Amino acid sequence: MNAIIFSAGWGMVMMFCSFLISNKSMYRHIAVIGLLLLLAVNILESGGTSVFHVDAGDMLVYTRFGYVFNSIAIASTLIYVLLTGKDIERLGNYVAEYFVLIFFVLCGVCILSAYNNLLMLFIGIEILSIPLYILTGSDKRNLKSNEAALKYFLMGSFSTGIMLMGIALMYGGTGTFSLEVARTEVGLYKGVSFLEIIGLLLLMVSMCFKVSAAPFHFWTPDVYDGAPAVFTSFMATIVKAAGFIAFLKLCSVRMTATSTAIDWQLLFAIIIIATLLFGNITAIFQQSVKRMLAYSSIAQAGFMLFALFSLNEYASKGLLLYAAAYSLATIGVFAVLVKMKDVTFEGFNGLAKTQPVLAASNTIFLLSLAGIPLTAGFLAKYYMLASIISTGHYIWLVVVAVLFAAVSVYYYFRVIQSMYFKTGEPQTETITKSFKIGLVVLAAIIIIIGVYPQAIFSWLYF
Amino acid sequence: MPIQYYIILAAALFCIGVVGVLIRRNAIIIFMCIELMLNSVNLLLVAFSKMQYTPANGNKSLALNIGSDAQIFVFFIMVVAAAEVSVGLAIIVMMYRNVHSTDVNFLNRLKN
Repeated sequence: MNAIIFSAGWGMVMMFCSFLISNKSMYRHIAVIGLLLLLAVNILESGGTSVFHVDAGDMLVYTRFGYVFNSIAIASTLIYVLLTGKDIERLGNYVAEYFVLIFFVLCGVCILSAYNNLLMLFIGIEILSIPLYILTGSDKRNLKSNEAALKYFLMGSFSTGIMLMGIALMYGGTGTFSLEVARTEVGLYKGVSFLEIIGLLLLMVSMCFKVSAAPFHFWTPDVYDGAPAVFTSFMATIVKAAGFIAFLKLCSVRMTATSTAIDWQLLFAIIIIATLLFGNITAIFQQSVKRMLAYSSIAQAGFMLFALFSLNEYASKGLLLYAAAYSLATIGVFAVLVKMKDVTFEGFNGLAKTQPVLAASNTIFLLSLAGIPLTAGFLAKYYMLASIISTGHYIWLVVVAVLFAAVSVYYYFRVIQSMYFKTGEPQTETITKSFKIGLVVLAAIIIIIGVYPQAIFSWLYF
Repeated sequence: MPIQYYIILAAALFCIGVVGVLIRRNAIIIFMCIELMLNSVNLLLVAFSKMQYTPANGNKSLALNIGSDAQIFVFFIMVVAAAEVSVGLAIIVMMYRNVHSTDVNFLNRLKN
């Protein structure tokens, strides 16, 4: 709860900074201070000491799971700002506002990890999305950025309309917006109704839009490609993970309650296979690394969907681990990508000769994305597959998933191949020593999580 | 009036909105169709609110009268729609300044 208040409040503070302080590089430092404060407040609150005591009634319910996810999201944002803050400054004249919008997005993330009411789900999704439309179009003179912003906006508000229709129909069926329907107590509920099922299906469609699962993924490559690379990094990681956390909660409460009426597992199995197929196969044919990463983020979403399929202990733990592993690795890859002047595969040729530190840490990020053992990505994928096996249904999905993970190795390794085994003169921006240190630290974190995942899980239990 | 009339009206408006989004090529018209979708939802929510209404009648476990929360939801939808309009029109204006058109067929530079 405090994280919501502080992120919105610090956004306000930074708005005032934008006209009170004229030194551009100060904004970044203020944002870092704000994120540290946010992280501290969130961890303190999960330990039981909160600054504000707010009774949100039944609207928001914080669990240990929500706190851990918030911490992961805030810590990833902190790493993101530390690594790419300077590139955000180069983007335009309104530097402080970009950070303000990032704080507002975090506010939405914190609501989504705690919502217990469909009203809060709607508000959270909107607080999350509206700043992103602006961030996507922040490169105002660039036509690609304009196009991406307009597409994202139209698709996003279209899916919001569908989501609202779903919520309205669910309300018609159950008589309450509360997620955990006090069905018998209220005395209104008379079994699963047709309206509720249709509403849940519409809600599922719109959440699939938000997390870019096939067949509702088509906006993703264009938007991720057109948006400035620094913001693509943010959109593809923290925002997507928050979408999955919200989706998981919706599934684990409302969909299990209606599972007698409709086979959700079959629906999710179809969506998973379509997502994995589309994401992986089209990623192979891309010439630009940025666009390849956009498609690969669809493929990674396919893996995260396993958590929604199986809905058990492994799934929720695994989704946390996946969110952390995927966010950290993608932030790292994009941090390197932003420094490159040419973002095609050829642009990376010979990077290992000129910038060995960049190439080495980039290799670790890519290995983690591909799911090679000893990195965080491997354990994340392992937990996802283990969650399916423990449900006992649809075991063949595991085979499909492993096959597609093998396909994904191909396009991730193409980058490594061009960095190490091809010759060329890669053009990069000036790279500071602190940036290199940051990359090495991030790579080390990924390996530590990969070797010792209890570092995250131990938080869940005490 | 029975609730079916409201459901049919709202569904019809919603479908007009969806079809409009899918077939129209002008960004502003698409945007208007999205607003139509949101407003059909508002209508439906108010109708359901009336349908679900049961007074608390001294039942202490019910904080509100059941059914009144949907009317509050409608206000939230209006506020969020207004916020979306302000951002969306700004994006459309930005687009118009660069290509002097609001036709979404221009949006194909990212395809290749």
